[in-house]
Amino acid sequence: MWTWLHRLASPPGFYRFAQALAPWLYGVAVPLLALGAYGGLFVAPPDYQQGDAFRIIYVHVPAAALSLGIYTLMAAAGAIALIWRLKLAECAVVAAAPLGASFTALALATGMLWGKPTWGAYWVWDARLTSELVLLFLYLGVIGLNQAYAEARAGARACSWLALVGVVNVPIVHYSVVWWNSLHQGSTILSLDALRHPHISSDMLWPLLLTLAGFFLFFAAVWLRRVQNELLAREGNARWVTELHEHSAGTH
Amino acid sequence: MHALLGPAWALFRRELLLAARRPAEWAQPLVFYGIVALLFPLGIEAQNPALKVFAPAIVWVGALLAALLAVERMFRGDLEDGTLEQLLLAQAPAPLLVAAKFGAHWLLTALPLVLAAPLLGLMLGLDPLPVRVLTLGLLLGTPTLMFTGGFAAALTVGAQRAGILLPILVLPLMTPAVIFGGGAVHAASSGLPYAAPLYFLAALLALALTGLPLAAAGALRNAVE
Repeated sequence: MWTWLHRLASPPGFYRFAQALAPWLYGVAVPLLALGAYGGLFVAPPDYQQGDAFRIIYVHVPAAALSLGIYTLMAAAGAIALIWRLKLAECAVVAAAPLGASFTALALATGMLWGKPTWGAYWVWDARLTSELVLLFLYLGVIGLNQAYAEARAGARACSWLALVGVVNVPIVHYSVVWWNSLHQGSTILSLDALRHPHISSDMLWPLLLTLAGFFLFFAAVWLRRVQNELLAREGNARWVTELHEHSAGTH
Repeated sequence: MHALLGPAWALFRRELLLAARRPAEWAQPLVFYGIVALLFPLGIEAQNPALKVFAPAIVWVGALLAALLAVERMFRGDLEDGTLEQLLLAQAPAPLLVAAKFGAHWLLTALPLVLAAPLLGLMLGLDPLPVRVLTLGLLLGTPTLMFTGGFAAALTVGAQRAGILLPILVLPLMTPAVIFGGGAVHAASSGLPYAAPLYFLAALLALALTGLPLAAAGALRNAVE
């Protein structure tokens, strides 16, 4: 087990692992997203209050869940990078930030599109919207910090520190804005009460679960690919990269 | 005990001494603060009662921006002349030294802003009680700001193309302080209890004082490596 993990954490080991896994992740994610989109757009009935506008949750909810999940992952990878000085974890931090920023921007954009017909305004200073916007700025800070460094490893470690401090701050920001004001509807699927008496019709729920799974797998696949690219960019002169190159040149 | 605090105290005195010889470093943020606060009434209209509503935000945001002006250079000179390496090599724990430096900077650049806040609050039309709450909030909030800013300065000191990155890193982290600082003043203005948001500011301060020196010391080690 430990030797396996050790091999996986080495750049060449991880590169091969990601090379094998990423196509499968794409292969599962795309049908899930297609099926979820079909279910969400054609099978699920219109909401009795929100009409067809609610259908945006099939993009909005997965994007919002990922925006928070990726920050947590990034901070966890940052802790690993700082404690064990693992080059792979540094790449994982740097590779995750632009993805997190994209999903956060997507969650904000879909939220605004949904807000106009439902609340009557594109933007309201509600707790979740505001903390999501702060999260976007935190991601942009990590990206900017990484780009400010000429030396890749120092930049990645600085980003790791920032992600760790940021992850402590995210719940504080969230609860401070909740305390400040709230208009956003509560979570519909994630509560104990909801498990006993579902707040959402099963026709509406299953496409959401499919797109949630599809978004997460899609993120995982893109993340793996980005980490691979980071590894190649940093280890361009390492022997395993040259061997890889010769190997692929040989097969073509 | 003395062996632990001695170096930190020496560093603290060094920072104050350096600042005493360069008054511009602590005077300029104060002047900037005054100018920013002056521009808002000009943009709104002086007799508009809305000015009173905006006052806490003006004073808080002005203080954040003014304090951040000086933070950028906090470690720059020390890195260039090699002081920073010596500090990290010293026997005294690096987080303690970093905290001493942050404390000195708070005293030099942020405390004058806090002392100027009542004046600005009165000029913007706040009543005496909200002015007191505003000042107390800034007294609790500015050390958090200085420690967060110092952490960001430690992150960016090793960066070659930092530009205006520092405020971009610090300001999102300061949103809770602005919410509670402004919230306390609004509560006091409308006759509501204002203690709870001030306690939140104090809690944020406790978190910043204990956690951020550790992170800043780690970031500095990364910068000198």
